[in-house]
Amino acid sequence: MSLADYEVVIGLEVHCQLATRTKMFSACPQRIGAPPNTMVDAYTLGMPGTLPVPNAEAVRYGIALALALGCEVQGTSQFVRKHYFYPDLPKGYQITQSDRPYAWGGGIEIPAGRIRLHHIHFEEDAGKNVHVPGEDVSLVDYNRAGAPLLEIVGEPDLRSASDAADYLRELRAIVRTLGISEANMEQGTLRCDANVSLRRRGVETLGTRCEIKNLNSFRFLERAIEAETRRQADLLDAGEAIVMATMSFDPDRGVTKIMRTKEDAADYRYMPEPDLPLLVLPDGWVASLREAQPELPAARRLRYADLGLSANSAALLVDDPELAAYFDATVRSGAEPKTVANWVGGELLAKLEGAPICDSPLAPEQLAELIGMIADGTVSGRAAKQVFSTVWAEGGSPRAIAERDGHRQVSDTSVLEAAVVEVIASSPKQLAQFRSGKVSLKGYFVGQVMKKTRGQANPKLVGEILDRQLAATSEALPE
Amino acid sequence: MRVYAYTVSGDLATLALGPLAAAIAAGEVSAADALAAYRVRIDAYDPAIGAYRRRCDDRANAEAAAVDAALKRGDSVGPLTGIPMGLKDILVTKDVETSCGSKILEGWIPPYEGTVASRLTAAGAVLMGKHAMDEFAMGSSNENSAYGPVGNPWDLDYVPGGSSGGSAAAVAAGLAAFAVGSDTGGSIRQPASLCGIVGLKPSYGRVTRAGMVAFASSLDQAGPMTRCVRDAALVLGVIAGADPLDATCLSQPVPDFVSACERGAKGLRIGVHRESMDRDGLDQEVRAAFETALAVVRDAGASIVDIDLPHSDKAIATYYVLSMTEAASNLARYDGVRYGPRVERSSLLGMYEATRDAGFGKEVKRRILLGTFLQRKDSYEAYYGRAMKVRALIARDYDAAFQRCDVIASPTSPVAGFKRGSESTIR
Repeated sequence: MSLADYEVVIGLEVHCQLATRTKMFSACPQRIGAPPNTMVDAYTLGMPGTLPVPNAEAVRYGIALALALGCEVQGTSQFVRKHYFYPDLPKGYQITQSDRPYAWGGGIEIPAGRIRLHHIHFEEDAGKNVHVPGEDVSLVDYNRAGAPLLEIVGEPDLRSASDAADYLRELRAIVRTLGISEANMEQGTLRCDANVSLRRRGVETLGTRCEIKNLNSFRFLERAIEAETRRQADLLDAGEAIVMATMSFDPDRGVTKIMRTKEDAADYRYMPEPDLPLLVLPDGWVASLREAQPELPAARRLRYADLGLSANSAALLVDDPELAAYFDATVRSGAEPKTVANWVGGELLAKLEGAPICDSPLAPEQLAELIGMIADGTVSGRAAKQVFSTVWAEGGSPRAIAERDGHRQVSDTSVLEAAVVEVIASSPKQLAQFRSGKVSLKGYFVGQVMKKTRGQANPKLVGEILDRQLAATSEALPE
Repeated sequence: MRVYAYTVSGDLATLALGPLAAAIAAGEVSAADALAAYRVRIDAYDPAIGAYRRRCDDRANAEAAAVDAALKRGDSVGPLTGIPMGLKDILVTKDVETSCGSKILEGWIPPYEGTVASRLTAAGAVLMGKHAMDEFAMGSSNENSAYGPVGNPWDLDYVPGGSSGGSAAAVAAGLAAFAVGSDTGGSIRQPASLCGIVGLKPSYGRVTRAGMVAFASSLDQAGPMTRCVRDAALVLGVIAGADPLDATCLSQPVPDFVSACERGAKGLRIGVHRESMDRDGLDQEVRAAFETALAVVRDAGASIVDIDLPHSDKAIATYYVLSMTEAASNLARYDGVRYGPRVERSSLLGMYEATRDAGFGKEVKRRILLGTFLQRKDSYEAYYGRAMKVRALIARDYDAAFQRCDVIASPTSPVAGFKRGSESTIR
């Protein structure tokens, strides 16, 4: 059989690290990229006598996401302990949620349709073991230990690797729009495990699934699912059974490998967390968070389409809420949306060289002013780019800079008229050739006028005046 | 009027907490004097008793000096001004070894101060040292300690009870003006009874657990161990109350327990559960003392009512399932990675096994093993899950009983005391 005879069924488990000031269960500050073991306190290190206290900010962030995804937020949920021994797990158990998560259901719309969610729950992260190459020691960094995580568990509704990537991208856009996480896969603030199973087309029952762990880029997610699909199809073709297993993806070889099978799966000995009462949401939290909900990516995409933006421009903005906010502010300042999108996606991003939009020295009002100057003919598009660079480097008002640096376009018809007449008068040879039918020489006359006005003439007006003057001279001087 | 004049023997160490704090606050004696009075006794008697696991003389000197300096400046200090105390070694004290009776925490110098300790010192108390205890508070004779036994001051061949045995012995022998112990399944009350002092396990949530090494989280409470009820009321008032570091600590306001002591017994309805007294093989001597005590309060105007606790026979089994399951979980953090002694091995698993084998004593290992079994996926519902349900039934029994009475009285221990080495026969 060929791959086309199988349907691949995928469900994603996504971990999202919340950008709260402090950790999930202690007042320990957190900062990504800090030197090892500097973001720790007694609780983070699992010291005797320390107790967990839920972080209200993390809980609010979690509710915000659940509302954005249409989940049923639970007024009461429960924390549990999940036990295993590993050096990066300070207490010998992780505090998470299991049977009673804080949010059930919900879904994410992707081009292929609606992908249902099973639930979302809170948990605390583990630290990181660092294996020193060439040395017989391992080091542990607890900076990440206790960091607040949301685990977003999807139903097995995805049917292709690219759908899975679409789903994760949309989730990332929503998380970023809410401003609850940087949701960056490279950084590890967005992490993904994929459950993959195959079944013959037309068959209802699900096949045996395997879970691919730690997919840390969109590319790896797609490649890993494709590799796992091939592996399972080969086994099924050979008449072998799929064994439920946890897999890892080897990006160098492009294959998935079995890490452990279900037989040697650990018993995590779940039990209710006795250090924490049931998590009961205070009255009004859900309602106020629902009210405070920002415009979500789907709505934003529609609005941008209505403004006439291309799908690409819209996607660029939706994926980066801060960029979108900058765009919106520029439009609010009176600039034409499509032009703004072109400037934001073009000049602005190029100048930023990968830096976040908040680093832009150019405020939305300044960009709007510049775009307005193009629209009303004050500067040419080319001059506008020079003004943009100058404002970027020096600051100041675009209008004043254009004035100062002589980028102001000459649109005064009497001035242009005089220049045109002068150019025609001083170019009898070219005029003669033009009259004898070499109409392409019009460009020569335009160039001369521009030269005369040091490039500041409004080219559109120059063209019009030239046309009229050239016609007039040919009438005035009969052959 | 000189408060000091009220002492029987002229020894500061015989004063109750209120009068001693008042005498120090009034400048009649200094905090340093009070500390010296207790230190003389510790030096004289503790070598035989063994109540102190570790003394912290430097800290005590500094705290007493700070109290005296504050008083000299005219500042008021608090309800425990200059009172020399000891804490069970389960309470975390910054820069003072907290070993919880276990080898696995030997030499652990906490980088932070627990809430109970900090509230007490803020109220003016002076920490003289940490009291010996059964390892991780598991035991009722103080014989399950990595650091040797403690003698009952009334007869050194007898145990002081446990697990807060060091604290009970210290208070009974006048080696501390008061102590704070911890109680999970009797660990304050039983040694208090065996040493003849007052021991109070507060209602769960009344006192913070932040900064107390965990044994069974849903049962652990710190509480006062004192020579009289008023002292217990005074100490409870200092350590009780909401703590942002403990999510299970109640936010209810703390009433004035000391003035409540003046109310007397008139009109008090005292509930007695005769059935459990008959069931527990109560020693005749203890029964007689209990009945005498009931007669005293009845004479003082209290009424005695029989109560029914239908599920009380399940309490011990329920307690063991809950406490062992939680203990196995709470003790998972002692892995030799971040603190405490580590036994080096070439593999991670080998290091874990060797460290925990060397660090934990026999009783602790027994409870970790049982607790781990009870937590297993295929035994959880039958044990922990069921125990939680029975616990709810037991709580309902008490709710019903308290409709009929204000307090419940019972003997604390079925026996008045027992000799070292005989604990297994008592069980």
